[in-house]
Amino acid sequence: MTIRIAKPGLFTTVQDLGRYGYAHLGVSPAGAADVLSFRIANLLVGNAENVPALEMTLLGATLQFEKSAIVALTGARCECKMGAAQAPFNLAFDVAAGSVLQCGSIRNGARCYLSVQGGFDIPMIMGSASTFAAGHFGGLKGRSLQSGDVLQVRQPSASHVRTLRPGILDSLSASGKLRVTKGAQQEWFGPEAFAKLFSGVYVVSEHSDRSGLRLNGEAVRPRKTSELLTDGIPLGAIQVPQDGQPIILFVDQRTTGGYPKIANVIAADMHRVGQLRPRDEVEFVEVSIPEAVQLLRGQEQWLREIFQ
Amino acid sequence: MKIIPASDSSLLVVFGKEISPALHERVIALFRALQAWNDPRLRNLHPGYASLLIDFDPLQLTHDELSSVVQQMAPAGDFVDDGRANVITIPVCYEVEFGPDLADVAQHAGLSSEEVVRLHSSPTYLVYFLGFTPGFVYLGGLPDILHMPRLATPRPSIAGGSVGIAGRQTGIYPFDSPGGWRLIGRTPLRMFDPEAKSPTRLQPGDRIKFSAIDRTSFEEMRRRGEAWLL
Repeated sequence: MTIRIAKPGLFTTVQDLGRYGYAHLGVSPAGAADVLSFRIANLLVGNAENVPALEMTLLGATLQFEKSAIVALTGARCECKMGAAQAPFNLAFDVAAGSVLQCGSIRNGARCYLSVQGGFDIPMIMGSASTFAAGHFGGLKGRSLQSGDVLQVRQPSASHVRTLRPGILDSLSASGKLRVTKGAQQEWFGPEAFAKLFSGVYVVSEHSDRSGLRLNGEAVRPRKTSELLTDGIPLGAIQVPQDGQPIILFVDQRTTGGYPKIANVIAADMHRVGQLRPRDEVEFVEVSIPEAVQLLRGQEQWLREIFQ
Repeated sequence: MKIIPASDSSLLVVFGKEISPALHERVIALFRALQAWNDPRLRNLHPGYASLLIDFDPLQLTHDELSSVVQQMAPAGDFVDDGRANVITIPVCYEVEFGPDLADVAQHAGLSSEEVVRLHSSPTYLVYFLGFTPGFVYLGGLPDILHMPRLATPRPSIAGGSVGIAGRQTGIYPFDSPGGWRLIGRTPLRMFDPEAKSPTRLQPGDRIKFSAIDRTSFEEMRRRGEAWLL
């Protein structure tokens, strides 16, 4: 069974949960920007969590289904239509053979996920189907989707769908401060730099993408002026270049870098970074590492309890 | 050795603050020991000049547990070289078509282009680590006289295989990309193939030499296609 891309949207890619184990070769993890919505999309249609699905950015794609399929849309809300009918959101639904699913503007977030029962049939590169556009590999031909592309869908092994408890995802879209732990070069920064980071309101720049989110706001300057020896960058690191404007390094980030890292977004909040749009406002609050791990554990537990 | 929690999912092991082969040997020894440990709770290893970042699953392994594993692997900070110090030769064609900045580098150094080529292709370089883009090597060992600032305006497109100089660094662009390094030549070898079993030609800790080849050999290697196999 195939799905043809009639219109690709702004930046639609095939993703899974990422490519791990190759950072020492300079290979970024890539993978879904909002991991939580991605996993829920797969679980809704009865797939394993890591099955390849589509990530649509700011403007969705128009897809033509050769045969009937069961799909789900999650993440940021998207005006999706099948003919004149509104497509359901956060709910598995049937798409009839020959029909067209038209996804429009994505609102209240940056990315919407489309999973299909069985999953997209994408060759594994270094253990992952994720598109790494900067490296020109993974996903479909190492790039975002274009009009006329055809994606193969695997035959589902079983057909059972899951349903979310009503209103269970409402807390996901809640805004609030992004929680961070102090970073590897925290001693490079004085109390005044941290005071600015934790009191300032930062605006996501237009020059943001899957490799990093550039923020504009109160400059946080290191007290040291010496250069840092290039070292490894963890996912979600907040690095500060000379101009003092922080950058959140994201899934397509470079694996090493030479700017000091003042803080790091906690793993449990990385999915929210994936939903930040240009001009969104961001504030930070510090948590300890044990708290951050506890929050991640709580999120995993929550994910097991959200289905009816 | 300092072990710093870098995030809720990573530890940074710092061996020192300089770029030196001795410190780097400790980075590589720990890197290889952790690779050999082959524990699925570890997700990624990022060697740097004098540090190693370890990314792991914090739901299955704590910072303290990993920290004691690292300390056990590095008891006195001394590591035994495992003998993997073979030198890999990278052929480079230094002709002007591939090295449009060779003359500028020569002028900056007060040397002839021939002397630049001879100096660039004589040392044994150490692969400190890979980063920036997949397959991009950070090499140590560029002779001081060849140090030169990068271009003020980066080129929008540089061919994969291009060999350049920027500051104290020399390196090879693994695939076509924009970049600001001074280009002095090009290798016919493919440096990165995402579909190969071992996707990069070079690994952290390898040692390499550049060997000057002429245009005919460059074309021949490309034509034979062997240059493209990893």
